[in-house]
Amino acid sequence: MTPELGHFALALAVALAGAQAIVPLLGAHQRDARLMAAAPALALGQLIALATAYGALIWSAVTDDFSVMNVAENSSSMKPLIYKITGTWGNHEGSILLWCLILALCGGAVAAFGRNLPSALRARVIGVLGFCSVGFLLFALTTSNPFMRVWPPPVDGNDMNPLLQDPGLAIHPPILYAGYVGFSIPFAFAVAALLEGRVDAAWGRWVRPWTLVSWLLLTGGIALGSWWAYYELGWGGYWFWDPVENASLLPWLTGTALLHSAIVVEKREALKTWTILLAIGTFSLSLSGTFLVRSGILNSVHTFANDPARGVFILALLALVIGGSLLLFAFRAPALAASGLFAPISREGALVLNNILLCSMAAVVLTGTTYPLFAELLFGAKISVGKPFFDAAVLPLCAPLFLAMAVGPVLSWKRAALGPALMRLWWAALAAAAVGIVASLGPARGIPALAYAGATWLILGSVAEIVERTRLFRIPPSASLSRLRAQPRAVWGAAIAHAGMGVTVIGIAGMSLAVSAVVAVKPGASTEVGGYTWTLQDLHDASGSNYTARVADLVVTRDGKVVATMHPSRRSFITQRQTTMDSAIQTDGFQDLYAVLGEERDGSAILRLHVNPLAPEIWFGALIMAAGGMVSLADRRLRIGAPRRAAAAVAARA
Amino acid sequence: MSNVPLDRRLLLWAPLAIAASAGLGFYALLGRMREGTYDPRGVPSPLIGKRIPTFDLPGDNGPGFSSADVMAAGTPVLINFFASWCIPCVEEAPLLDQLHKQGVAVWGIAYKDKAAATAAYLARNGNPYARLARDDPGQTAIDFGVYGVPETFFVDTDGIIRARWPGALTDDIIAHGLKPLLKTYS
Repeated sequence: MTPELGHFALALAVALAGAQAIVPLLGAHQRDARLMAAAPALALGQLIALATAYGALIWSAVTDDFSVMNVAENSSSMKPLIYKITGTWGNHEGSILLWCLILALCGGAVAAFGRNLPSALRARVIGVLGFCSVGFLLFALTTSNPFMRVWPPPVDGNDMNPLLQDPGLAIHPPILYAGYVGFSIPFAFAVAALLEGRVDAAWGRWVRPWTLVSWLLLTGGIALGSWWAYYELGWGGYWFWDPVENASLLPWLTGTALLHSAIVVEKREALKTWTILLAIGTFSLSLSGTFLVRSGILNSVHTFANDPARGVFILALLALVIGGSLLLFAFRAPALAASGLFAPISREGALVLNNILLCSMAAVVLTGTTYPLFAELLFGAKISVGKPFFDAAVLPLCAPLFLAMAVGPVLSWKRAALGPALMRLWWAALAAAAVGIVASLGPARGIPALAYAGATWLILGSVAEIVERTRLFRIPPSASLSRLRAQPRAVWGAAIAHAGMGVTVIGIAGMSLAVSAVVAVKPGASTEVGGYTWTLQDLHDASGSNYTARVADLVVTRDGKVVATMHPSRRSFITQRQTTMDSAIQTDGFQDLYAVLGEERDGSAILRLHVNPLAPEIWFGALIMAAGGMVSLADRRLRIGAPRRAAAAVAARA
Repeated sequence: MSNVPLDRRLLLWAPLAIAASAGLGFYALLGRMREGTYDPRGVPSPLIGKRIPTFDLPGDNGPGFSSADVMAAGTPVLINFFASWCIPCVEEAPLLDQLHKQGVAVWGIAYKDKAAATAAYLARNGNPYARLARDDPGQTAIDFGVYGVPETFFVDTDGIIRARWPGALTDDIIAHGLKPLLKTYS
């Protein structure tokens, strides 16, 4: 009964989304206030229907209803409760439903928090979101329905891929999807602006908080994904330039560019056409990434079971959404005249440079990811583009970006002089050079040393910006303190996020100096890796609720002192008959000791041991970036209601 | 709109043109995937067109077989790497059985498997193998470039590898891949 209820709720959501797509857009076109006023109710209705559908799916999974094919294929009665719940989005059908639910949440959010938007703009935004929802809901209902029954029901389910039974991965998809789908809101704003033929400072101000939310969720999602790859896949790496990873990096790069160009629209009413294109492009890349993965066109370690028929449906959907919005863009964008002019050396100029560099990186990653496909199509050649290409092509673009990231915020709007701006950063430059030189005396010669210098530059540049704004050491400390308090949160957010990038760069540079070795060790014996003595004390069996495990007890010592006791294990999952390696990671915040237990042969265990200096900083930096985004989001000026409240205050004073 | 220069207006069509050509490309690839002429997971084996690696593997109770045996078979041989712990192997077992009944020489190599487990597996799923060998150290699999079980190689009468299918065989592979090869080489 419950699955049928979910099925019905899903069908109801399609109908409501259809109404949400047509009624408000028609109303905005005919200037009919009643039709436009229906938009929020329809969006909330669709959200409630989808939440019900998703609830029904979770209920079926939790109650082990193996007559539901999706549950039978991806769950089992032995699976821990938490993974029964999170397993609902660990497969194709469930994840598409989650995708739809988040899209409905976006519509609901605009309906709930967008009360201060002009009614026509709000109606159009909600209408465009409804249009997207119809497409994806139809896809879910017709090709990927999670509520299909199977008869006779199996006694027990197939269980979930054990690699996915992991707390990090359990929360990863919802966060990542929220980041992807969140960009549907800037997209809807862009399409609405094209329909209206008007982009102004207020538009920039409305779009920014939504972009910021999606950006910080996507940042968190990517960081979690790479962390999962680091500790669960047990390969000792954190980023593999895998197509699925690239698919999440692309919207992040263009989304970051959008975040910055929207500032220019808000402050200076320039870059309008470009910002609209970025908003469309970012959501298009989010959608295409999903498509490439789901259709199975790209080969990746992360793919779900795929089916070309689904691919054709998604492709048609993409053609409609992306093609339609770009067609509208081609027709209507000429009407968006830029009003703000600026000199090349100015804050705007720096933000344009940021956009150019970020979009070049996106172009490089996109080329590297899709070129093998098109090479096969056009020339019939099988080629493989991997890490060497991406490293070689992306690194040179990072250098000018990092340079500009510290300089940009201290430039003034409209027209600036580079000399005085650089003068303010002299001590950051000096410190960066010192760090670079010291690092190249040690083991970090060449690019890692440069990266350390760049990271120092980024972090101290952010500090310099705050110092500059508070005029520290130039006016009395108390006056500086009061200036410090008066700084808008957005300034703090930007400085924190830029410093976070620096911290991530430190981690990446440190990881490039990691030491690893594969060794065979008999119980009781020890080996030396990376200046540490690793002793294998014991090998024993253990068991969990749906797996049995082989566990190694490792004691790591340095200069005779015990540094860590680690327990890497190899788990065999009973139902899926699959083995996963559970790496053991011991971290002190600045260095990871990382151990993986492999096969056993002739009484000795094969161990892979890594010493990863500064590895935790990669994710710590991402966390700081997301925190910066959150601080910026708390800025009073960005609150969606702010313009009207400010206007009301002015009216009250008059 | 008329005051915007023409070249700028044309530029605004560029994103659409790029997206459209990418879309057409993807559509063509999807079409090829359906026909089976494009396989995203297909990694070309450097061994195709080369003689099989030299090996001599033991059997379970009887003799195993060696690369010399494969070359002396007189018919093309399908070498199938499998294991009792592998699910896709169970999936392809009926297809192998069918081929065996049609007279195709299917020779199996049990990859990193215990003898008792292999025997139980063959009892459960049927034994399609004309000859059976075991590769416990996995060295022969490495020489063949096997990256997972099941994996199947088509070897002609001269001992030259003509095709390689990683993953479970399907009806599609047999109809469009194996049957034409059998016609050419037997």
